[in-house]
Amino acid sequence: MPEAVYDSQKELELVLERCNEAVREPGIPPGLPEGFSGTLGHFPVYFPEEIAHAAGLLPMALLGGGNRMEMKHADARMGSFVCSICRSTTEMGLNGSLKDLSGFVTHPICDAAKHLAGIWARNLPDQVSQILYLPQNVNTPGAVRYIAAEYQRLRGVLEAKTGRKVSDEALRASLRTYNRNRALLREVYALRRDAPWKLSCTESYLLTRARSRMPCEEHNALLERALAALAHRKAPAQDKPRVVFVGGFCEQPPLEMLEAIDESCYVVDDDLLIGMRWLTADVPEGGDPVWALAESYVERSAASPVQHDARKSKEGYLMEMLRGANADAAILTAAKFCEPGLDDQLAWSKHFDEVGVPYLVLEFEEKMTSFEQMAMQVETFAESLLFALA
Amino acid sequence: MTTATASRPETEKSAFDPRVEGQRLIKEWYAELEQANELGQPVANVFVMGNAVEILRAFDFKLVFPEINSLQTGVRKSSEEYIRLSEDYGMSPDVCSYVKADVGLILKENRHPVGRIPKASLAIASNMCSTFIKWAEIWERWLKTPTFVLDLPGQRAAGWQVRPGDAQHSADSRWVEAQFAELIARCEKITGKKLDLDKLAEIEDRVNRMVGHWNNVMMLNRRTPAPYNAMLDGLTYIGIMNVHRGTQEGVDFMRRLEQHLEAKVARGEGRVKDERFRLLFSGTPCYVSMRRLVELFENWGGVFAYSDYLTFAAGGMDAAELRYDTSRPLESLAEVTAIAAQRGLSNQFFAHERLAQQIRDYGTDGVVFHGIKSCRFVSSGMADTREFISRLDVPTLYIESDLIDPRYWADAQIKNRVDAFFEALGQRGSRRAS
Ligand code: SF4
Ligand code: SF4
Repeated sequence: MPEAVYDSQKELELVLERCNEAVREPGIPPGLPEGFSGTLGHFPVYFPEEIAHAAGLLPMALLGGGNRMEMKHADARMGSFVCSICRSTTEMGLNGSLKDLSGFVTHPICDAAKHLAGIWARNLPDQVSQILYLPQNVNTPGAVRYIAAEYQRLRGVLEAKTGRKVSDEALRASLRTYNRNRALLREVYALRRDAPWKLSCTESYLLTRARSRMPCEEHNALLERALAALAHRKAPAQDKPRVVFVGGFCEQPPLEMLEAIDESCYVVDDDLLIGMRWLTADVPEGGDPVWALAESYVERSAASPVQHDARKSKEGYLMEMLRGANADAAILTAAKFCEPGLDDQLAWSKHFDEVGVPYLVLEFEEKMTSFEQMAMQVETFAESLLFALA
Repeated sequence: MTTATASRPETEKSAFDPRVEGQRLIKEWYAELEQANELGQPVANVFVMGNAVEILRAFDFKLVFPEINSLQTGVRKSSEEYIRLSEDYGMSPDVCSYVKADVGLILKENRHPVGRIPKASLAIASNMCSTFIKWAEIWERWLKTPTFVLDLPGQRAAGWQVRPGDAQHSADSRWVEAQFAELIARCEKITGKKLDLDKLAEIEDRVNRMVGHWNNVMMLNRRTPAPYNAMLDGLTYIGIMNVHRGTQEGVDFMRRLEQHLEAKVARGEGRVKDERFRLLFSGTPCYVSMRRLVELFENWGGVFAYSDYLTFAAGGMDAAELRYDTSRPLESLAEVTAIAAQRGLSNQFFAHERLAQQIRDYGTDGVVFHGIKSCRFVSSGMADTREFISRLDVPTLYIESDLIDPRYWADAQIKNRVDAFFEALGQRGSRRAS
């Protein structure tokens, strides 16, 4: 039999198909991968997956129910003014699609997110249901010690659940696996910045999101294959403006929305799925692994509207994003009913008015199904940018 | 450190009207604020949940409570004007209306219906309600107000058992103490004064006495008939608990309030003439339709014996009957703050546990949940909590409006629901009658 010829386009399709398959259903994928005794669901944004991974629990980023989920229970359990990701996560808790989780962890990113822990405790009492209290003050000395204690507490909770000790060695091994993942994701984003015609925002999104439903090891292998294939990809550069997309730090916009943006713009950086890549550099692999993770939260975590850090103003980090990606403009989005997102969207737009950066304001919901109007808005925006830049 | 309280003549005791006295104290407080900038006094913006008022008072900061400013625009029926101003500026209709009223206030250059609100030299925002932080970021951005985020470790899970002095509490207290140390350094810089520990201890002693009376005030409403309406009268009480926390006026008010209510109980006098149903109110009130809301219930002989608002909006210290150890003022402040945050503030995220207990403590016939459109802190888990409480075979009612945005008060709809609730309660009979 002749040896199969390496076809980079085909390889990329295969990888993207695997990613698509992994994220198609918002619930738990069937069958546990080898080496894991259960799954741990975590709500955005800042969850240290390494701890669950080392405990033998497959970390599953819960990223909402998408726009095909039927709401049967959650509407009666949540006020009409709560964001869609909280509603659909509740729906999945109540409709049985997350019933086999070993546990659920949320964070003090906003009050709606904190309430999910109570909802879980009341309705899925057999699961671990926790708020991991990450601090909103990382500037006071002692923050690392406090986070480390909180991480140790989580480690203890997971040990009690699985009946298995989590050794420092296992934690270090997880750090290494995730450091590799971080490096690969940085490469993906560097490609978007340097040659956005080679990789669309939607594709990069799928590549990233796949980790929410597979072990990090498998994801690393997929990313390696994708990057190798992308190196061969031949795609001509088009006349599109370079933009950054913000507002996707928690609730996720529908894929169709990203596709609509890709049509007219090169999205050269974004905060989509920031919770899956929030550590912006490697976690030190020597020393105490929990301390290293805690210190990384303080020293190398991505900014977002739901993290307060005196060193990172919201306007400052967005301007930094624009500069770093050499972008011409920004698409400022917010999920409907997302208070932190809506507050910062306004702050950003006012700042851009002052400094003269063009921007487009969009509001989205994960459950949106109609995109024509939005696509037109983006197209008009892109055209006006090209005109202005010409 | 305890100061003896002078006993007052009986006539004065009986002349005490908590509402009138409360209003007087609030008015005086606002009047003082008006002059703070001119007199060069340090001013701090603080929230009702997690605020280190004791430290600020020790530095003689004048305290601005932006939440009270916002609710006062509601009480004075001018909230809509402030909210609309902020929406015209670009704020989303879907965010906390307190924040919007405050942005309206900034746009009106601090002109408030009660007077002029001074510019703050410091803002303390705790993480107990996440909106506090977003709110403080607005001041940072617009007014360049230096902000200190006080991060308080909250209740991590249902059934969370944290006890004073256990390992978890010690670790949490250490973190709070580290932040207080930094806050004190900031206050010293702003005021040019050193922290006076004796003064801090005196303030704490006064808070201890206020909280002691406050606990008794709550206990008195476990009696039938309930001497006050926890939602309506309770608001004046909370106002004083916040604005006068740690002052002699605050201690006097609470002491006299307790005496006043004790006398009422002794006379067998209830808030409503013919108390038929004892209710628990969960959530925050609607300030623009306050009287109407109360009337809808009291017309049926329903009295709110307790409201969880009384706990979380008054600092949460009653939840664990906490007291400062004034011989170790700083350490104790951190310890009490840490535990109050878990038992009295962030336990809102596991509200079913507290409510289930209070239904028993206050012998209530039902629970009324008031979902507030703009307040995810109280409301996001409310409908689900209601479902849980209903499973305990306790009648419940869920209504929805807003804190101060009159556009969300649907009178006919709310009245229908309230009436239907009482009809069902009537068929079932009061717990006391059965
Ligand atoms: S989308 Fe916004 S409001 Fe909803 S959970 Fe996330 S941060 Fe909170
Ligand atoms: S969200 Fe609720 S608790 Fe928070 S500031 Fe607004 S009204 Fe207050």
